[in-house]
Amino acid sequence: MNTTVPAEWYLILSAALFTLGVVGFLIKRSLISIFMSIELMLNAVNLSFVTFAHEWHAVKGQIFVFFVMMVAAAEAAVGLAIIISIFRARGTLTVDQIDLMKL
Amino acid sequence: MTPDIFRILPEVVLTLVGVLVMLTDASMSPKSSRRLLGWVAALGVLAALAASLWQGTLPAGTAFYGTVQTDAFSTFFHVLICGIVLVAILLSIDTLPPDRSPEQHHVGEYFALMVFGAVGMCLLTSAVELLVVFIALEISSISTYVLAGYRKQTGKGPEAAMKYFLLGSFATAFLLYGIAMVFGATGTTEVREIATLLPAARSHLFVLLAFGLMMVGVLFKVSAAPFHVWTPDVYEGAPTPVVALMSTAPKVAAFALLIRLLYGVFPLLHPLWMPLMWVVAAVSMTVGNLAALRQQNVKRMLAYSSIAHAGYLLTAFTGSGTEPIAAVGFYTAAYAAMNVGIFALLSVVGGYDERRSSVTDYRGVLYSSPLSGGLMLLFLISLIGIPFTGGFFAKFYSFTTAMQGGAGWLVLIGLLNSGIAAAYYLRLALSMALPSAASAKAQGLSSVGAGVVLAVGIAALATLALGILPGHVLDAAHAAAQSFAAIRGF
Repeated sequence: MNTTVPAEWYLILSAALFTLGVVGFLIKRSLISIFMSIELMLNAVNLSFVTFAHEWHAVKGQIFVFFVMMVAAAEAAVGLAIIISIFRARGTLTVDQIDLMKL
Repeated sequence: MTPDIFRILPEVVLTLVGVLVMLTDASMSPKSSRRLLGWVAALGVLAALAASLWQGTLPAGTAFYGTVQTDAFSTFFHVLICGIVLVAILLSIDTLPPDRSPEQHHVGEYFALMVFGAVGMCLLTSAVELLVVFIALEISSISTYVLAGYRKQTGKGPEAAMKYFLLGSFATAFLLYGIAMVFGATGTTEVREIATLLPAARSHLFVLLAFGLMMVGVLFKVSAAPFHVWTPDVYEGAPTPVVALMSTAPKVAAFALLIRLLYGVFPLLHPLWMPLMWVVAAVSMTVGNLAALRQQNVKRMLAYSSIAHAGYLLTAFTGSGTEPIAAVGFYTAAYAAMNVGIFALLSVVGGYDERRSSVTDYRGVLYSSPLSGGLMLLFLISLIGIPFTGGFFAKFYSFTTAMQGGAGWLVLIGLLNSGIAAAYYLRLALSMALPSAASAKAQGLSSVGAGVVLAVGIAALATLALGILPGHVLDAAHAAAQSFAAIRGF
């Protein structure tokens, strides 16, 4: 009996999450929310990797996920440190007010 | 049979030096001078450069289950990146804030981060497995994010780091999604396997998505239009010695990655990516030059100029065969020499605290410090592309390659752009030649320190050598291109 969810569904979910991340990155005004949007994008990619790894029966995709999670953790450490330093310097985390330099 | 460890020897050396610098920094008393650490880091990078040159004598081959490959291509870029990082470290020893200032106790981390960044950039040029590509790219990016925000006491420093970090991670996510798609289409992430499996990929949609997403990621890293918006802000807010590094070394590594992707992973899509490079090159140089024209801040102006130079570099990709690889390799070397040089002098003349920031602030520099001013003129001449400098020959070579590929209109746009670019470079040169009303005494080059003299000297010699005797570098660039042709059968 075949009751598994088709792989395409996972890929569609992954694409939807990635798109949500991109939209969030573009429209959110708080640095923390923007940062969370990036994490969402990375995790959407992880979902794709796992799906493809399952489809190809290749463990490589799952290994990739571990590395992505590790790098995301390193990025979070640096990102949060930068957010703290910006809050100390400017007293705000709203991107509209972080505009000393204009294009 | 070469032991695997020899294939990553420069990276190993750099990692050990970085750790050594960090540990020494931690064991030093908080008040003692950190200058020594800079010299240690510089010597370490020199050792890595020697290791890279030695790697060039090894037969080309892969290591660690086919994830890393050393050949003439990786050697060329290893040597170039180590050279840039060496100059940037030498430059930083004397231009960072003096001992006993509030920022002084971070200097050890600063040098360690520069060395760790170099690990990632070097690894990126020899990686032939997309997992290693991703890790290497992140090692180099995360180090440069931190370096960009080094002046955390100022308002602009953290802002620059923030913008660089957010847009950088955003682009990395795109690259990563592209890698996932390529994995989905072929079931592997090894560059050579992908290239052979791609023609029989099970879904063209995945292949096209992979290509598009990865291009977004890489074009961001080389700051080509329309993914260039971060560049001026980051260059303005970051300390000038850091800009000397990050306007060149990560960009060189990113161009190596672009070559790897275009010629290694997606040679199949050549008919698709050639017009794409045409458009991106044309847009980058036009946008970069037009925006640079109306900048008052020198660092912002040079940021837009670097976008324009990314455009000239991309122009070469419209050439045929493996010729573009050689042209891009040579251009990155010349670009690195002149850009590191001008930012080195900006950090001396403009100062760490940026007493000089706008074009008009540079009035009278030619009289108050003739040597620094004269060398700045040399680098400006090279950036314009006047003969007998590296900038001229690089541009000439890039444009001839494009001509051979039949991109005549693009070359015409490039030549028009070179004319526009001359206007803003000359504006800075003219400002330096005008007598200044307020006679602010500029620091002489030699009074700053031996590190700066070495750094500027290397950059100036390299700029001149690439313009007058380009033979050696050109041969190395051709060998790099050939190693690609031999392996890919391009």
